Amino acid sequence: MRYVLMIFLFALCYSNCFAKTIRVGKNQSYKSITSAIAVSTVGDTVLVDAGLYFEKNLVINKRIVLKGIDHPVLDGEKKYEIISIKADAVVVDGFKIIHSGVSSIVDIAGIKIYNRRDVVIQNNILDDTFFGIYLQNVKNCFIKNNQISAHNSEEQQSGNGIHCWKSDSLQIIANTISGHRDGIYFEFVTHSVIWRNVSFKNIRYGLHFMFSSDDAYISNSFENNGSGVSVMYSHGVKMFNNYFKENWGDAAYGILLKEISDSYIEGNFFEKNTSGIYMEGASRIHMQKNTFKNNGWGMKIQASCMDIVVEKNNFIGNTFDVGTNGSLVLNTFNNNYWDKYDGYDLNKDKIGDIPYRPVSMFSMIVEKNPPAMMLFRSFMTSLLDKTEKVLPSLTPENLKDNFPMMKRLF
Amino acid sequence: MKKIIKYVMTDILRNRIVLVYTVFLLITSFSVFSLEDNNSKGLLSLLNVILIVVPLVSIIFSTIYVYNSAEFIELLVSQPLKRKSIWLSLFTGLASSLSFAFFIGAGIPVLLYQPNSVGCMMIGIGILLSVIFVAIAMLAAVQTRDKAKGIGIAILLWLYFSLLFDGLVLFLLFQFADYPLEKPMIAISALNPIDLGRILILLQLDVSAMMGYTGAIFKDFFGTYIGGIFSFTVLLIWIGIPVFFSTRKFNRKDL
Repeated sequence: MRYVLMIFLFALCYSNCFAKTIRVGKNQSYKSITSAIAVSTVGDTVLVDAGLYFEKNLVINKRIVLKGIDHPVLDGEKKYEIISIKADAVVVDGFKIIHSGVSSIVDIAGIKIYNRRDVVIQNNILDDTFFGIYLQNVKNCFIKNNQISAHNSEEQQSGNGIHCWKSDSLQIIANTISGHRDGIYFEFVTHSVIWRNVSFKNIRYGLHFMFSSDDAYISNSFENNGSGVSVMYSHGVKMFNNYFKENWGDAAYGILLKEISDSYIEGNFFEKNTSGIYMEGASRIHMQKNTFKNNGWGMKIQASCMDIVVEKNNFIGNTFDVGTNGSLVLNTFNNNYWDKYDGYDLNKDKIGDIPYRPVSMFSMIVEKNPPAMMLFRSFMTSLLDKTEKVLPSLTPENLKDNFPMMKRLF
Repeated sequence: MKKIIKYVMTDILRNRIVLVYTVFLLITSFSVFSLEDNNSKGLLSLLNVILIVVPLVSIIFSTIYVYNSAEFIELLVSQPLKRKSIWLSLFTGLASSLSFAFFIGAGIPVLLYQPNSVGCMMIGIGILLSVIFVAIAMLAAVQTRDKAKGIGIAILLWLYFSLLFDGLVLFLLFQFADYPLEKPMIAISALNPIDLGRILILLQLDVSAMMGYTGAIFKDFFGTYIGGIFSFTVLLIWIGIPVFFSTRKFNRKDL
């Protein structure tokens, strides 16, 4: 019996240890990747030398590792989807993928995964693709270290950098995305993490997030996107230590939160956005230790939000700290630092003795009537602000920080 | 004409009010810059000084000066001199001494702490506002013989430009809230030199807040070369028209 087991184990080792490596290149036996994949078996590695390859649509339909040496270029000739992955646990590593087709009927991508799991896509450079990396109904995939760029100026002509639909347990790590419609797009994606990505100069959103629950995005940078970042119709979202910068425009927000609940926003940095955070229909959100610096509006909380806790944040150099559109306030502000606070601290506990009202009269006026911005910083409006501070009538009575900090928190 | 300007200027320097004004501006500017922890915040506080104090001092001082030198003017008129050149040299003397006072008082601190485009814009606007309000003051003063009435008109004009006009604009904005008013706002801002100056400075300064739709339209217009030329032309017209009308009135006036 023991011998039989040993032979069995040996056989197992044999089959594993002798998975082949198939070389592709000008000076190798296989000239095209398609032919190499055709002869490969499960577990093989297809190693591709540097060079330019026209493979039309490369379909990977068995569990192999496709690895490029010095970023061999796969050119889609502006007609084809370049790599289609139709097997579990495929690895695509180290390619340069350029010029995919563009279509308004099918979503053509540089790399697309169809209904599979455990796929790894790493260290690739994608340039001028319609969609960059497209994940359709996948599980437990790993997208790491890819550089994705596109150069279109119109939304219709451009797809998303990393597009994830109806997926679960994804890890999107350290990718750089620019010039696409949305940098990272999440729809019906659960239990996933977006970590250390850089998304900038995209046409619409840096990150677009819909119907995706229990996800986390951590330490990403979203800079100079057409409309910033939008997180909609989700719950259980964690946003930690992200950097939102220079999202300019009337409809551009650091983060747009629409119908979000039970989420955490912590340790983020918002700088030079038209609005740092815009919240609509959001509930049960805990915001702490964020910094809002030099924004037009630090935060816009519409009256449709409830149970939002804003505490221990820094508000520095914003033109308006908080804006709102109604008198109903069901949110709590506590222990924030406001650089415009001019109260006093008699008992020296570092907490101001009189409450701070972050909503100014003029910000209410501008909210109702945007062209009134023309009177910004005029004598008239500062007079109105001063009278409003003494006798609040237009600004919501309950929107105030009862324990404002005297010194910057961190 | 040069001689009259020289007389006017030495006279203004001798009565020391302009000197006090200069020192006041100097003290305010330096204290504003050293109190605030960052210089751009100081610039914002200084903005209020420029937009309120400069027009006020320019308009009231000039009105009173014109009334007080009524005898001097009469003396000059009895000489073989053109009325136009008398009036214009009076204007030039007042405008240059007040601009000079502004430049020393606010310009030098700004150049020391913020030697950039915002600072330069601020100095330029401040000097233009000084000149504009001297011109308006002289128009107010030439209208009536009664000193109290003239000063009253000057104060009302200042109140109108720095406060009432903005109130009217706000009122109009709410009356016509259903219409797209962003572009008409550009035209309306040209009707008040203080507003125009403020917008020009703010576009250099507070970019993020002006970046809403209105801000974008303002930036699109005033930020361009043509917009810049337009706004400075408008400010020059604000000098030219009052000077023209006051000169005409002075020419025909029975002293």
